[in-house]
Amino acid sequence: MGSSRREFVKTTSTAAAMLAGLAAVPSSARAALLQQGATLDLSDPDLKPLAQLGLDAARSAGASYADIRFNRNRTQALFTREQRVQGLVDNETLGFGIRALVNGAWGFAASRDITRDEIARVARQAAAQARANSLTLVRPVVLAPATAVKDGVWRTPIEIDPFSVSVEDKVGLLLAANAAALKQGARFVNSNMFFLREEKTFASTDGSYIVQTIYRAQPSVTVTAVAPDQSDFQTRQSNEIAPMGRGYEHVRDAKLVENAPRWASEAVQKLSAKPVDVGRYDLVLHPSHLWLTIHESVAHPTELDRALGYEANYAGTSFVAPPAAVLGKLKYGSALMNIRGDRTQPGSLSAVGWDDEGVKPESFDIIKNGLFVDYQTTREQAPFLADYYRAAGRPVRSHGCSYSQSWADVQFQRMPNVSLLPGDKEQGWDDLIAATDRGIAIVGDGSFSIDQQRYNAQFGGQLFYEIRGGKIVGMLKDVAYQMRTPEFWGSLDMLGGRKSYLLGGAFNDAKGQPMQANAVSHGCVPSRFRNVNVINTGRKA
Amino acid sequence: MSEIRSLAQTARYLSRDEAEAIAKRTLGFVTSADGARVNVNSASRGNTRFAVNQVSTGGDNYDSTVTVTAYAGRRTGSSTTNQLDDAGLRQAVETAERLAKLAPEDPEFMPELAPQQYGEGRAWSEATAALDPQGRAEAVRAITAPASQSGLVSTGYLDTRAGANAVANATGLFAYARTTAAALTTTVRTPDGSGSGWAGASHYDWSRIDAAALGARAAEKARASRAPVAIEPGRYTVVFEPTAVGNLVQFIANALNARSADEGRSFFSKQGGGNKIGTKVVDERVTLVSDPFDPDVAGSPFTNEGQPTRRSVWIENGVVKTLNYDRYWAQKKGVSPTASGGSLKMSGGTTSIEEMIASTARGLLVTRFWYLRPVDQRTILYTGLTRDGTFLIESGKITRAVKNLRFNDSPVFMLNNLEALGTPVRVSASEDGGPGQAIMVPPLKVRDFNFTSLSDAV
Repeated sequence: MGSSRREFVKTTSTAAAMLAGLAAVPSSARAALLQQGATLDLSDPDLKPLAQLGLDAARSAGASYADIRFNRNRTQALFTREQRVQGLVDNETLGFGIRALVNGAWGFAASRDITRDEIARVARQAAAQARANSLTLVRPVVLAPATAVKDGVWRTPIEIDPFSVSVEDKVGLLLAANAAALKQGARFVNSNMFFLREEKTFASTDGSYIVQTIYRAQPSVTVTAVAPDQSDFQTRQSNEIAPMGRGYEHVRDAKLVENAPRWASEAVQKLSAKPVDVGRYDLVLHPSHLWLTIHESVAHPTELDRALGYEANYAGTSFVAPPAAVLGKLKYGSALMNIRGDRTQPGSLSAVGWDDEGVKPESFDIIKNGLFVDYQTTREQAPFLADYYRAAGRPVRSHGCSYSQSWADVQFQRMPNVSLLPGDKEQGWDDLIAATDRGIAIVGDGSFSIDQQRYNAQFGGQLFYEIRGGKIVGMLKDVAYQMRTPEFWGSLDMLGGRKSYLLGGAFNDAKGQPMQANAVSHGCVPSRFRNVNVINTGRKA
Repeated sequence: MSEIRSLAQTARYLSRDEAEAIAKRTLGFVTSADGARVNVNSASRGNTRFAVNQVSTGGDNYDSTVTVTAYAGRRTGSSTTNQLDDAGLRQAVETAERLAKLAPEDPEFMPELAPQQYGEGRAWSEATAALDPQGRAEAVRAITAPASQSGLVSTGYLDTRAGANAVANATGLFAYARTTAAALTTTVRTPDGSGSGWAGASHYDWSRIDAAALGARAAEKARASRAPVAIEPGRYTVVFEPTAVGNLVQFIANALNARSADEGRSFFSKQGGGNKIGTKVVDERVTLVSDPFDPDVAGSPFTNEGQPTRRSVWIENGVVKTLNYDRYWAQKKGVSPTASGGSLKMSGGTTSIEEMIASTARGLLVTRFWYLRPVDQRTILYTGLTRDGTFLIESGKITRAVKNLRFNDSPVFMLNNLEALGTPVRVSASEDGGPGQAIMVPPLKVRDFNFTSLSDAV
């Protein structure tokens, strides 16, 4: 790789110089000069001088700070239904983006053409855009200090590279799972696999240079059962199989073929489940369900940019605001509630060595014994909390929550893994059900919706079981619960122990404009919430 | 200033000749005798975000991609790359061919189309293609400056795209079209956080979007929505502004898949078997149409497969006229495949929003909805919340702001409970503020809309 890379840099610098300013040159001619683009190795040390060139060009154009991120995302998706493959799709996208800070305002520009001249041009474009953006400046951006990382390297610790497993094996597994579901009474079954490898090389004018390779994987199955007269249909999604920051071993461990008959039986069973009576119930929530409630009602409202109004036009603001009024003061939930942010849990979607600003993420408490104590932050956000941190004798530094989905998008604050810590007592799902007199147990996430300040939410699920006198007495359907965040978390009165802890997660959490997808895990244990409002969502068409 | 101008360039995208040359070069790398399809997409995208009355971030990028769909008999594989040199294209072809060889035979395989005739695409605007970072910053300032002067806090997003799509296959089919898109949305809040107003617009033609007017409208709503009062959830007569109508009615369009209906897993499934074509499902004043050549909601003249797009009437006078048939399902059912291009236009009436309010004894006015998610596909039942301007109507007048409400209801039920319709307008109905699909809908007055809980969110 090394020698061809060196050749690439040499030839393209001349070639690009010839092309400078000639926007009308056909792509075919340009492309002929960029032969190595598709095979460029982002861990090649020869990328370093290119990165430096971009940073220097941004500085020359007036940037007080700049960073450059080379990024290649490779994805593979397989889609099947019943005994048919609907799609086998490989995608690869490669390019770089430069972020420049001029007069305290950000600019960002990106390109897929990795040549010396294009890097210099994009650096100037980012700086010029920053200058244009500074016209409306009210409060200049100030970055919290970050330790320079010289030659950082990190890679998701995977067992099996998903891109090395043959497509035949993958298709064979999905079709076998589908067959198993159909045999058990499913009318339709869709199954998919999705794999991502994200290669990123980051450099900043603070002196960091970091090379990372991140893997994510998700197998999924959706079974549909239809009543014989078409009067009803019900689906069962395999969403206790969470997306994870793992390799193909995650697919292997998901045991799709072994689980498919159960998912099919449950879909069929839902057709004849009893419609729920509206009212207040104690809810016993499985981790495969609760992760999403944590995501929406805890993880999003504790993003500092939301609290400060920066996301008001799309994702919204937050009830956890203003910071000075709530930090260390807001009672978020019961004393059993301990919430922590991290990017280190093995297999979690957010795990990285360094974030997209070169900051090493730290594990940090967000809610301690029910009390709100900290926000998720990036380098430009941490200084907003300087007074609070200083009063607590803590350094003003980023928690390492910066992320961008691709080379073409600017990095900004995205949630790390935000997890509910286990209780002290070693107990599990069955123990919580046994301790509940009148309630509903919910498995798997379903429909979800929450307001723009994260007060009022409604959640469905995959499976609903009626609890009477400490026992499951039957299946329910058309169940959704409505909640007000602080009251809901205030009603938490039982937690599973360490052994019942599981990771759930989302591959495509949306935030920002233009919208970017972030992958994040949420660990939690089976938990019980008292006296929650349950509605019936079934209607006649 | 002049320095910024000099760096500006009109949007970069592939010309017809360039796209065709790349497509041919890619097809030249195909080794299989069974053919292939190539999609060549290129676009410049620019965006500017603002928050707390100043620009917060922005971005400009250009990307072009080639997607190769390769065949091995009745087997298919697909691969996309953005590296358009020979090595990149060859690699994409090899990957697609390798995947195709590994795939099982597809019982629903449809051969590539022969060359087709296409209409002229209409969704292109030079004004959109020419909008540069400084032009975006100036548009933003038309919102932030007045907001700042009147002590309000503005936040928002401007997104523009200019690009070209092309499709080619080994039979000689080739199609090419340029499209632009722009969307500007703003949320203006009172500094105490007790009031919030929104306004937004989306059009392929930037010159049809008036930034200052959107800013003024959002500011007016922010002021009017201060200090909202709680009301009991329940069934209300509601005047929906066009954006709120667009938010909900687009879900009917999403549910029009013929195959799902025939398979018994859709609102459009008929009890006992088959689908609801020919059945009246909503008020007879409702007609829903997709027309890629309608200048109001212009879209692409062809699909990714190279099918020419054409007008589709989904619902006419309340009756389902057709559903969305892909090529395979159309062949199986003996009908023509649909290729509508995805835009949506709904019929209207002559009642103004003011008249709808004046005729309402007690009801609500809803500006828009947020976090809409499906609850029950059997009835297209959704949940979601009102946002950024929800008002109480009493005795024919707007009397006060009310707290936001969560609903559980279906656009199908909504269109069965119509009291009045107004003049259709283009709306920005996407959740994320991007251009989304072209949607043109009227304001509506509807009875018995089902609100199930109250929210403290402003």
